[in-house]
Amino acid sequence: MKYLFVILFIIPSLLIAQNRVMGKVIETVADGSALPLMGANVIWEGSTVGTFSDENGDFILPYDAAYKTIIISYVGFISKKIKVKDPAVFLKITLINSDVLEDVIVEARKKTTSVSYIASQNISTISSEELLKAACCNLSESFETNPSIDVNFSDAISATKQIKMLGLTSPYILITTENIPSVRGAAQAYGLSFVPGSWVESIQVTKGAGSVVNGFESITGQINAELVKPLTDPKLFVNLYGSLNGRLEMNTHINTRLSPHWNTGLYIHGNSRNETFDKNKDSFLDMPLAKQINLMNKWQYTNLQKGLIGFLNFRFLEDQKQTGQVDYNPSVHKFGSDIWGSEVDTKRFDFSGKFGYVNPEIPYQSLGIQLAYSLHEQQAYFGNRIYDINHKSVYSNLVYNSIISDSRHKIKTGLSLTHDSYREEVDVDTYNRNENSIGGFFEYSYDNLDNFNLTAGLRLDHHNLLGNFLTPRLHLRYAPWGKSALRFSIGRGKRAANIFAENQRLFASNRAINIQNNNGLVYGLDPEIAWNYGLSLLQGFNLFERKADILIDFYRTDFKNQVVVDYETPTEINFYNLRGDSYANSLQLEFNYNPFNNLNFKTAFKHYDVKTRYNSGELQKPLTPRQRFFANLSYELITAKNPGSWKFDATYNCMGSQRFPSTAQNPQAFQLAVNSPSFSTLNAQITKVFSNQFEVYFGGENITNYSQKNPILGAENPFGSNFDSTFVYGPIFGSMYYAGLRFKLN
Amino acid sequence: MRLVKLTAVFLLLTSIAYTQNNNSKTILEVDGVCGMCKKRIEKASLKTKGVKSAVWNLETHQLQLIYNARKVDIETIKSNITAVGHDTKTLKASVEAYEKLDNCCRYRDLKVVKDHKL
Repeated sequence: MKYLFVILFIIPSLLIAQNRVMGKVIETVADGSALPLMGANVIWEGSTVGTFSDENGDFILPYDAAYKTIIISYVGFISKKIKVKDPAVFLKITLINSDVLEDVIVEARKKTTSVSYIASQNISTISSEELLKAACCNLSESFETNPSIDVNFSDAISATKQIKMLGLTSPYILITTENIPSVRGAAQAYGLSFVPGSWVESIQVTKGAGSVVNGFESITGQINAELVKPLTDPKLFVNLYGSLNGRLEMNTHINTRLSPHWNTGLYIHGNSRNETFDKNKDSFLDMPLAKQINLMNKWQYTNLQKGLIGFLNFRFLEDQKQTGQVDYNPSVHKFGSDIWGSEVDTKRFDFSGKFGYVNPEIPYQSLGIQLAYSLHEQQAYFGNRIYDINHKSVYSNLVYNSIISDSRHKIKTGLSLTHDSYREEVDVDTYNRNENSIGGFFEYSYDNLDNFNLTAGLRLDHHNLLGNFLTPRLHLRYAPWGKSALRFSIGRGKRAANIFAENQRLFASNRAINIQNNNGLVYGLDPEIAWNYGLSLLQGFNLFERKADILIDFYRTDFKNQVVVDYETPTEINFYNLRGDSYANSLQLEFNYNPFNNLNFKTAFKHYDVKTRYNSGELQKPLTPRQRFFANLSYELITAKNPGSWKFDATYNCMGSQRFPSTAQNPQAFQLAVNSPSFSTLNAQITKVFSNQFEVYFGGENITNYSQKNPILGAENPFGSNFDSTFVYGPIFGSMYYAGLRFKLN
Repeated sequence: MRLVKLTAVFLLLTSIAYTQNNNSKTILEVDGVCGMCKKRIEKASLKTKGVKSAVWNLETHQLQLIYNARKVDIETIKSNITAVGHDTKTLKASVEAYEKLDNCCRYRDLKVVKDHKL
């Protein structure tokens, strides 16, 4: 009787099972028990046939042989796909909480550049959309639409763009890719041009003292470029670019999923310029002839069930530049005295690995390891001057995250170990140096979940050349009233200056190099030490019922010691330890407004006061505009019928006058005015989006066609004592137009 | 070398102090309608001694809690949440506590709920 009952019960259920699939959705909690998930969305892939799980987590889904895969999704959980081979099998599905590895970010209206209201640091994020507003061929060109960073040319020969933050040049900024220091040491001069724009996913710009987690070197701030990831980047991406100044670029990304846990991507970049231009008729090329091959291979491992993530990156780069006089031919004129020319060849290999473990049960506990190795070899000559550098670098960092008592009190602690070895050939001299450091750090952050948070960090490092030292950093945020953020930061930074690598432009002049100190450990010089203080206010409000915000910030960098780079004697360049004051004050006012849908307006005014005590007295830092005005307008035209759209973007910059290094000791013919004239530039780009797969863009840089007259001093006689290409304050090449296309396949 | 030892000891101490496994996990259903509610619910939970982590989901109304079961029980957490005006499945907030909520957070008002869904 009992059996009969069972059989009677089972037979109908077997019959039902052929056109239904049944299952249960659960979540595993800390003590190992399973909690049913109610309301999970269960759907057949590629169909509209679906249901929700009930209060016990159970669901019944109609079955048809055409259906193969079930997708189970739930807000706050990672979606799961399950192949159904036998519809009679009862499915038990465990969903994993997505908070485990990523915070859910909710944005009301997405801005392409956003300044955080919540973080204790003054961070603005440049999204991938923002990066598409300009051609952004490489990282150095990715800041054209961001007023916090100033971009200018560093010399008339290499036409390499140099960036500045808070009035100080890039060596004082910690530049990282995926939080691993990258543009430093030998890569300081050209490193930004070694990161192709299409590889950059987003950029975070932190003004003021950075976090202790990333080391002791940062002084004015941190720029982190997050690169594209094999998991999220399109399967295939192609970008072609061509400009009327003869530059051609190609980018290809190929991403594949190897297994549920492994993804890999191959990224290939190539660029070349082989047309000669001498618009200003000074017999020198306006832009170098250049070639670059840049390869990156990325491996990404994700296992959310176990809370493991990992990245492996391999990069190889070869970059060649030839510049100098138009008629220069290296095989004929190299090291001669008839025609001046220069070649810079760089080979670089990079490896980096990142591994992270997040305890799936306790999402606030995690452990991360970063490892990086790079080998940078540069061989270069400028006329008859040689500058070769070989730099090997090892970086490792271990970070442990947890909380104290509850998640309002978070801690980060860990260890870092670095090694750098430099070998430099400067004219006939050889300079060698090894740097080793070991350090521990501890960072505490408190958030009252309302209007106040702080991050306080301290690190202790032992460095063979810099000694034993403490690096304190503090960031506070307070919201006195609605939609506001008042921030304060203070921090100390210490670094060994790479005088030649950072000032490579000096070689394209006939200045004699003098290092005036000989007691220090870094080529006779002492380490640089600076304190940075900052205060900022961000206030959001509504103007005519549309969103607007104002940002005011003031930063001061105060050097306790600095390696002064003194160009004030026209025939010499002098390096010496600071005696007296050196500071950089920076004031920035920014206003952002969204006057109507899809139109954004951004404007900024900056004022700098950067002074250093030189041997010849206290002077404004040369070639640094005291004022800058910036405005950007972007508009997107979306038509209801068409999936595509038009995007328009224009950026206007006005740079105030800049002080030239003194030329008073030169003969009359080679003297410059005290200050440069002020000038303005206009860049614009139009993008036509045809579909999610395809878009084309064209634009112009420096449309107003401003160019500096006579950028090279003594160009008539490049082997004479007055030849100097370091007096560059503005664009050398006039207006430039370009076009490109982007194609992607998901 | 002394420095290395000191750092090592320091790291060891911090890791010992925070790896004690007193992490119970549970999910509560808490009513609310907006980001302000989320802040309030999470804050009330975290201010309860013994609660280590609290994440409330606006769409699912689920509050995920990690807490030290030796220091606090669920009922205490619930009563602290209801004290700031939010209902849980079993324990409801008093009218006085509810009345203190901002107008946009009045989750018992169907019109408010509807407005948030727009």
